[in-house]
Order: sequence, then structure tokens, then C-alpha cells
Amino acid sequence: MSVVAPTVPRLAHTGAVTQTRVIQSEWTKLWSLRSTRYSIGAALLLIVGLAALACGVVTHQWPHMSLHDRQEFHPLDVNLAGVQVAQLAIGVLGVLVITGEYSTGMIRATMAAVPKRLPVLWAKAIVFGLVVLALATPATLIAFVVGEAILAHQHIEIAFSHPGVPRVVLGAALYLTVIGLFGLGIGAIVRNTAGGIAAFAGILFVLPPLMNVLPVSWNNAISPYLPLNAGQAVMALTRDPQQLAPWTGLGLLCAYAAAALALASLLLVRRDT
Amino acid sequence: MIVAEHLSKDYSGKRAVDDLSFTVQPGMVTGFLGPNGSGKSTTMRLILGLDAPTAGHVTVNGKPYREHPAPLHEVGALLEARSVHTGRSAYNHLLALARTHGIPRSRIDALIDLVGLSSVARMRAGKFSLGMGQRLGIAAALLGDPDTVILDEPVNGLDPEGIHWIRTLLRGLAAEGRTVFVSSHLMSEMSLTADHLIVIGRGRLIADTSVDQFIEMASAKLVRVRTPDAARLVALLSSDQVAQTTDADVLEVRGLSPDEVGELAFAHRVRIYELTPQQASLEEAFMNLTSDAVEFGMEPNPDAEIAA
Repeated sequence: MSVVAPTVPRLAHTGAVTQTRVIQSEWTKLWSLRSTRYSIGAALLLIVGLAALACGVVTHQWPHMSLHDRQEFHPLDVNLAGVQVAQLAIGVLGVLVITGEYSTGMIRATMAAVPKRLPVLWAKAIVFGLVVLALATPATLIAFVVGEAILAHQHIEIAFSHPGVPRVVLGAALYLTVIGLFGLGIGAIVRNTAGGIAAFAGILFVLPPLMNVLPVSWNNAISPYLPLNAGQAVMALTRDPQQLAPWTGLGLLCAYAAAALALASLLLVRRDT
Repeated sequence: MIVAEHLSKDYSGKRAVDDLSFTVQPGMVTGFLGPNGSGKSTTMRLILGLDAPTAGHVTVNGKPYREHPAPLHEVGALLEARSVHTGRSAYNHLLALARTHGIPRSRIDALIDLVGLSSVARMRAGKFSLGMGQRLGIAAALLGDPDTVILDEPVNGLDPEGIHWIRTLLRGLAAEGRTVFVSSHLMSEMSLTADHLIVIGRGRLIADTSVDQFIEMASAKLVRVRTPDAARLVALLSSDQVAQTTDADVLEVRGLSPDEVGELAFAHRVRIYELTPQQASLEEAFMNLTSDAVEFGMEPNPDAEIAA
């Protein structure tokens, strides 16, 4: 094989790095990985599929259910079963969006292209947040429509016009979005996939049951303010006395996510890559 | 042009780069030479602003790297450690980087073609061989048509054809007036590619010189002497000036010119059959210079002691 002297073609015009361009870059990065397509696909399937499955089971069992069970039944809780599982997929993907760059070394190429660094973190948050919101919103709506249609066979459905229902259904999509951003923030702080996922799952899912070892008064004082419990408040149609008000709760989860991203941004500028 | 001034970097108390000052000029290939672990990769990360220096500073084309509005247009870099997401295709890797600067897709195709990856551009980079990975890294480095090119051990993993291709590429880039800064731990490779050398050991500057000067400077005067009176000649010289060889009547004399050895022999009626000035090989010259600065050196053998 003969070697031809390579000549590098000249570039007519080079643009400066802008936040918009970094966002376009992150959009390309997000969708060019299989992990994104699998995680988001799994999350959407879970949201709709589990809603249909859970509603189907309840509809089938309804004639045999005790009065107590019937009183405990709430059509929206069954309908949102998928969201409870999907949040794990979304949160883990949020962690991976940044830790995947550290584990592969891609981060060096990224930061060499955008040496001011912060536009990368903001772009990841904007792209990932909007993608999750744009896909989770129709998914929760479809899950609601499908689930309630199934429950209607036993006339135990709830209408979208019922007070609080739009807030719960759309709040679930917002909740997933903020959970994803919380994962991103934790991933950017920890910079390691295993550690990031462990920290995310630990804070979200291990901390709440751990509170049960505390005296009841302490537990009641602390538990509502944990990220999971706070965020879940937006998905409760009737308010539990131990829970924060719906938007207050989601607002607090937003504050946790914002705090994680803010800490991540401070560390990103200071630490060596 | 790269200008480093009193650059130092500590990693958890250990000094990786120590008060390093140098200038890399445009229009030529500058080799960055040093044993493994001497701080070459660290210096390159400091140039790119990936790591912050403990002391000192470094500018590229007149500014710290971070302050350039279009950094990929100023500096293209191939780092030693891989900097590619293994799950992304070569094409999408380049596209993601190109988009940060609004570089058109046509250029990505042109560069993939240039580095010879057209047939595998859609393949996940994690499946690439070391050589293919290097070619992708070089395409990424050239994406922004940079004035300065920094390549960390670019010939690693390349086959002879690839190595030749890199040499031609680097010389071509330098001929176009670009600054080309290439690290290697192989002196022989640098002697074929570089015009100028910056040599470091244990993070410190050892030499900043042209390749020709470097060889001259590093190769201490060495004269091969063949004499039947070897023992008498040894007695006339101090022990650090002379080394016995495996051949009983051949000596290596250091620090004296052939003329001086000849005069000395004549004055003491020592018979000389052969008197040959020796040129140290590039590799020897490099090892002589850096022998004190090898981080993970082997136990010195007696011959090396004399040579030093």
C-alpha cells in the first residue's frame, strides 16, 4: 500500500464556541449512544405498560376485592405504578450522561473543545431535562388514558377533569424530569458511574426507609423533606398529613437538583479533568 | 506557538512537572522527549487547560487556552490516553466535537477520509484497534484546522505504514507554518520527525535544542583505542576516563580528543594501532542525558556507570 502525503483541507470558517452550539453537541452525544435509547425506551414502556398492567389486574380482581381494599383503592396510584419504576431508569441515565464521559476519557475531548467547561454542564442539563420532559409528558398522559379506559370496565375510573388529576398526571412527568437532573448533578459530583448510581439510589430510595430507625417525632419531622418524599407529593391526589403540599414538595426536589448541579458546577471549574 | 513559563504541577504532593519553561515555535516539528513518567502528558494537559498548574503559566498562540473563543481552531490535540466514548461511532464522535464550533459535516467526511477510517466510520469506537483509535484521535485533532497541533505519542499502536503516514503528515503541517508539538519516549522516532527537541526528565527541562545540537551536546567525546599496551595506557589515565572493553586490546577513552590520546601515547611510548572518534547513537545520547532523571530506572550496571 503506497503512502500518499496527506494534506489537511483548510477550513473556510470557524465559529466560536457558544452555548447554543454546545447544546447541539450534547444533543448529538445523547442520541448517539445506545444506553440513551435503551434507558429512555425502557422508561416510556414502563410508564405506559405498567399502568395498563396494574389497571388490568385491579379491574380483573375488583369483583373479588374486600370492602376495605376497595376503600383503599385509588385509580391514580395504580395508574402511576410505572412512573415509580421509570424513575430509576431516568435517574441512572442522568448519572450516565456525565459519568460515561469520565469512564471512557471522552471528558478530555469535551473539555478541550469547551475549555470554559460550564457550558457543557448547562447544555447537558438543558438537553437531558427537555428530552425527558418532552417524552415523559405524553407517556404519562397515554398511561392515564389507557389505564382509566381499562378501569372504566368496573366504573372505578377517575376523570381528567377531576380536581387535582391534571396536576398529578403532568406533575409525574415533571417529577421524572427533576429526578433525571438530580441524577445528572450527582453524577457530575461523583464522576464515576458505579459511585454515581449508588449515591443516587442511596439518597433517593435507601434514605426514606432508614428514617424508620429514628424516633417517630424525628422521623415525622425529617421524612417529608427527603428528596423522594418531597417530590412524590406532587403525585398525591389527596394529601397525606405527613406530606408537603404538592408544589412545595416538587419545588423542594427542584431545589435538591439545583443544589447538586450548583455544587457540580463549582467542582467542574476547580477540579482537574 | 506555545510558551510555558515556570510551569509546575503537583499531584497529591508529588511533583510531576517542575519549573518548566520552553517555547514551541511555529513552522517546525518540535519533539517533546522524555522517559515514561517524566511529565510529558501532564505538560500537555496543562497546555490544554485540562489540569491547572500548581505554579507558572502557559499560553498558546498568545493566550491561555481557555480564553480562546474557538479553541479547536487554535489547538488540535491527540492525548495519550484515549478520549473517545467507546459507545459512540467515529462519525458521531467527530460530529459532537464539530458542533461545539459550528464546523460543517463536510469537514468530518473529509477528515475521516484523510485518516483512512471511511469504512469503519459508523462502527462503535470501542471496537477500534489501537491504531484505528489513534487515527480517530488525529482526525479529531485536525477538526478545527488548528494553528497548533499537540500529539502525545502519536505513533503508539501504528503499523510501519501508519508511522510513515504520521511522519509525512507532521512534516506537512509544519511546512504549512503550523506549530507541531509531538511527544515520544523514543529518540529514534524523534530524530526522523523532529527539527527541534525539548527534553525533560522527572518533570525538569534537560535540553531545549535542535536535533543536531542535541546529539553533539549529549555525546561526550569518546575515542576507541586499540593498543597492545592497554594496561600501560590505562595506568596513564584516571579511572573515570577509560573503560576496558570485552576486547583486551581495545579501550574506550572519554573526555579526551583523539589528538590528546595520541600525544599522550607518543610521550609514553605506548603503541597505538587504531584511534577512532566515536559518535554516540541518538538513543545513547538520550539515555546519557536522562539517566539521572529516569523515574523507574533499572539498577545501573557497571558499564553504564562508566559511560555516564
